[in-house]
Amino acid sequence: MSGLLQQMTEKALALNIPLSVQLDLTYRCNERCVHCYLDHDDHGEMTTEEIKHLLDEMAGAGVFILTLSGGEIFIRKDFFEILEYARRLTFCVKLKTNAILIREPEAARIRDLGVESIQISIYSHRPEVHDAITLVRGSLERSLDAIRFLKSQGLRVVMANVLMVQNLQDYTGVRALADELGVECTLDPTITPMMDGNRSVLSLSVDQSALQQVFRDTGLVGNVDEFCAIAAPADENALSSLPCSASHTTCYVSPYGDVFPCVQFPLPTGNVRKQRFLDIWRHSDQMNEVRSIRIKDLTTCTQCSHVSNCSRCPGLAFMEGNMRGPSTQDCEKSFARTGVPSANMLSKARRVQNLVQIRTQPDLASISA
Amino acid sequence: MSRLFVARNPRVAARCLDGEMMIMSGRDSTLFTLNRTATILWQAADGTTPLDEIVESKICPEFDVEPAEALQDAETLARELASHEILQISEEPIPSRSAVAGESR
Repeated sequence: MSGLLQQMTEKALALNIPLSVQLDLTYRCNERCVHCYLDHDDHGEMTTEEIKHLLDEMAGAGVFILTLSGGEIFIRKDFFEILEYARRLTFCVKLKTNAILIREPEAARIRDLGVESIQISIYSHRPEVHDAITLVRGSLERSLDAIRFLKSQGLRVVMANVLMVQNLQDYTGVRALADELGVECTLDPTITPMMDGNRSVLSLSVDQSALQQVFRDTGLVGNVDEFCAIAAPADENALSSLPCSASHTTCYVSPYGDVFPCVQFPLPTGNVRKQRFLDIWRHSDQMNEVRSIRIKDLTTCTQCSHVSNCSRCPGLAFMEGNMRGPSTQDCEKSFARTGVPSANMLSKARRVQNLVQIRTQPDLASISA
Repeated sequence: MSRLFVARNPRVAARCLDGEMMIMSGRDSTLFTLNRTATILWQAADGTTPLDEIVESKICPEFDVEPAEALQDAETLARELASHEILQISEEPIPSRSAVAGESR
């Protein structure tokens, strides 16, 4: 984050302003990615007018960065009407898309509307791998064509790659492809559980040895010794800090108008069809509960050696059952990085040990009988 | 002396945070913050009101400054903002060229 953006974020935090919001326009999609956490049926998306009204409210509330995502945003026939309206309100608009519906005319219109960046999901440089993840034949070719159209308009494009079992060997190929196309590239090893709580997609997550390999790739992390160093013990400042920006300067709105602290934190805090956006932001009990949490309030993590530089996601912790608890996926990342198990992992190992001891009891009983 | 017209560049993003205007350049995503004078100028830059009128009606009442001096400073400021593609400046009125002329808040 640039120094000035950091300053403005701190100012927004002090003023309780939602500086950045992700708005999903639809959960419908023209791909069927194997790791996706969404239900793609339309359960009553906001209308064009409802979205415009919400955008008015968000602009009034001080929202600056507006990320339009989905589902696939270009499936909405009113997408450009919404985008144009958002830009009239001078939001800094970022798009997240698979881009397979973007051709030259769409790319030109996106440029004309002054979009800040377009993030496009690319899972592999090989069609047989990417298309097997999206379950749409020809999707890689179409997404790459779109990237070229967007680049030719001078737009900023970011390739977003989710690391999973299926594409583990391909992230260097994706990076090379990004370099060749002159675009940025991100890699995320986090698979998010389904919104209904189903965690079966987590079986696609890469294992410890793969994470270790990724975290020791200088091309990704820079200085490996620094990146993999064990954190210094947390001081009072670290313990008083915020777990993340969710509910502090950012939040998420679903296509149905439900407001959440973050796209990865499915705690309902209100609905913009029934309440004003700013009232939800300022007065929702759930939003304020998330807002009240400091690192020192975390139940297991305060005992953990990783606490001062862990990537712990409060939303993933919430999906595990406790927003003040650990997020196991992030524990695994910290372990892969440093080789030091987290307090949560040690605690779980002790519980397993105890269970094994209990299991031996019937055997002992049968011997004595 | 010709009059100068100023218009907000429709490609930038902008939001006013407690009186301080944040502007993100449409050219390279560089973030700027505008001081009070620049914020007033930005908000008044509709492309049709001449700069001297903006100075007289918006800037002079806000600051204890002579109109001629204020206009000179405003011109310098407008040209600097134009160099970052935040404002457009012209000696003719600037029509709203695109659908995203902007209603900055």
